[in-house]
Amino acid sequence: MGKRHLLALFTDFDEAEAVVTELRGVTIKGFNADKDMIVKSPIEHPEVEEFLGYKPVRVQWFTLVGAVGMGFLMFWLIAASQGNFFAQMKGGKPIVPFPPDFVLTYELFILGGVYITVLGFLICAGLPARRSPLYSAKVSEDQIGILVQADEAISGTLKSIFTKHQALEIQEEAGK
Amino acid sequence: MKDIREDIAWAQINNDVLKSLENPRKLYWVILFIAIAVVGVAVGCEIYQYNMGLGVGNFDNPHMWGLYIASFIFWIGMSHSGTLLSAILHIMHADWRKPIYRFAEAMTTFSLMTAGLFVAVHLGRIWQIYFALPYPNMRQLWPNFQSPLLWDAMAIFTYLSSSILFLYVGMIPDLAICRDNMHPGWRKKLYTALALGWEGTDRQWRNFRVTYLTIACFLIPLAVSVHSIVASDFAMSQQPGWHITSFPPYFVAGALYSGCAAIITLFIILRYVFKFEEYMTMAILKKISRLTFAIAMVWTYLVWVEYATAWFGNAHDHHLMIEKATGTYAPFWWMMNFCASVVPFVLFFKRFQTNIPVLFAVSLLLNLGMWLERWMIVAPTFADGYYPWTWDHNQWPSLVQWGIVFGSFGWFTMLFMIFCKIFPSVSMYEVKEMVYHRKLATKKLQATANLAAAGKGAH
Repeated sequence: MGKRHLLALFTDFDEAEAVVTELRGVTIKGFNADKDMIVKSPIEHPEVEEFLGYKPVRVQWFTLVGAVGMGFLMFWLIAASQGNFFAQMKGGKPIVPFPPDFVLTYELFILGGVYITVLGFLICAGLPARRSPLYSAKVSEDQIGILVQADEAISGTLKSIFTKHQALEIQEEAGK
Repeated sequence: MKDIREDIAWAQINNDVLKSLENPRKLYWVILFIAIAVVGVAVGCEIYQYNMGLGVGNFDNPHMWGLYIASFIFWIGMSHSGTLLSAILHIMHADWRKPIYRFAEAMTTFSLMTAGLFVAVHLGRIWQIYFALPYPNMRQLWPNFQSPLLWDAMAIFTYLSSSILFLYVGMIPDLAICRDNMHPGWRKKLYTALALGWEGTDRQWRNFRVTYLTIACFLIPLAVSVHSIVASDFAMSQQPGWHITSFPPYFVAGALYSGCAAIITLFIILRYVFKFEEYMTMAILKKISRLTFAIAMVWTYLVWVEYATAWFGNAHDHHLMIEKATGTYAPFWWMMNFCASVVPFVLFFKRFQTNIPVLFAVSLLLNLGMWLERWMIVAPTFADGYYPWTWDHNQWPSLVQWGIVFGSFGWFTMLFMIFCKIFPSVSMYEVKEMVYHRKLATKKLQATANLAAAGKGAH
């Protein structure tokens, strides 16, 4: 059976919340709210997480790996290169001077942390992304969109839920 | 006085900010034209200096850096408050930063780019600039890892690239708004590419929040380290007037100070030029003024610490201190003290905290003071070093030097104004968040008040 996409737009955040709560609570064959529903909003709503259910963010693991990895790697490279290739006479000074090397390590620790965090963000947020099957510019203005993907047979049921909660507009498109 | 109107419609926020990308006031073009003209003068001076040699700038031994190094420090300092304040205020949930942080972050980026120019400008053989980069060259001369100059290169590169990423990541949702609202053309293509297909999904926002916070957390210690390292360029040398332990915090405070003053200047300009009266409100200006005053007092305290260190330090430092106050550079030294330590007291008075002409003049004077401060760190020490041949070796920069230094202001202004015309200088989604949360808070307050009133009535 073919899949169909529906995008409902709401001007009222409370209504959107009610729809999501209802969709998560209701049992409809061929529709899984956790997988088939996406909430789009013009601003970051921390409340969305409360009614959408907890979903882990893994960006911080990238941060940890990037910062610690880059810090260690660069300290090792700087120290090793000084010890092995630094042709200048040291005159009794340590071959690997720790305080200045720590300064450089500190900077590279941050550099690695920031770069890999951004990389992690792109991976975790799925960016760059293709346009989703249905999109409304109103979502970046002042409306909240709920995009669902469901079997064609149940799209009527979902539409009625949206209508019940005073959706401003419902867009529909046949999916794959 | 409210930071922002709570009943402002979200669609209007989009309209107002997007309009700024197309229809600024005429003053915008005047500023841009002047900036480009000044850059033209600087380019002319640089070409002349390139052809004739550094002598035309009045450089000689020991004055080999002149105004260029002072301007380098000034621009590095200017870059600090943008990202640093944006990051600190973000972590502290000070939501009044939201309408102003974007241009402050842009200021950081362009200040760093301007500072970077001086590395090239002060070279006699500019075509060999690659020798300035810290990498092992063909003569097996490795970079000196113990030199703060190498740390400088690394710290500034890290700061510049991290600041650009911080600015860009924070701008993605707004770029999506621009993409959705622009007519087809080069702008639409640009925004579409840069928005990366952002649609504001819950997944995107969730990861965005953590990413933005994480970068903010990294940037605070980074910014502190960058100017501490710039301070180490001086403090780790043995020159009188420079070998002072308090230099790193003194430089960091000075950086924040000049940056805050620049934020006031740019705030006033953008507010008028782009008709942002609704978003860059007087209440926010008042808060920045107070913040600037507080930082000015920290800086003033630290400058007195420096004077005390010199006064009670060794004979050379003591002598240099007296020279600064009475010698050739005395007028500039006193002007620096007046502009940076006395003028900020204007900000202490409530009626001036929202007086735009006064604030504009004060912010310019504060930055004049901070620029002079950097010059007064560099020049007098060279004219009064440990070697007798440096004594009374005063240097007055030539017109070529002045031309290039003024040109750097033009360069910064040009980049900044072009940025503000292409990218939204007020964060639309964050202003919406601000309006939304304030409205919620007001609703909660009203509900509580109603409950309390109902309770009283029942009794």
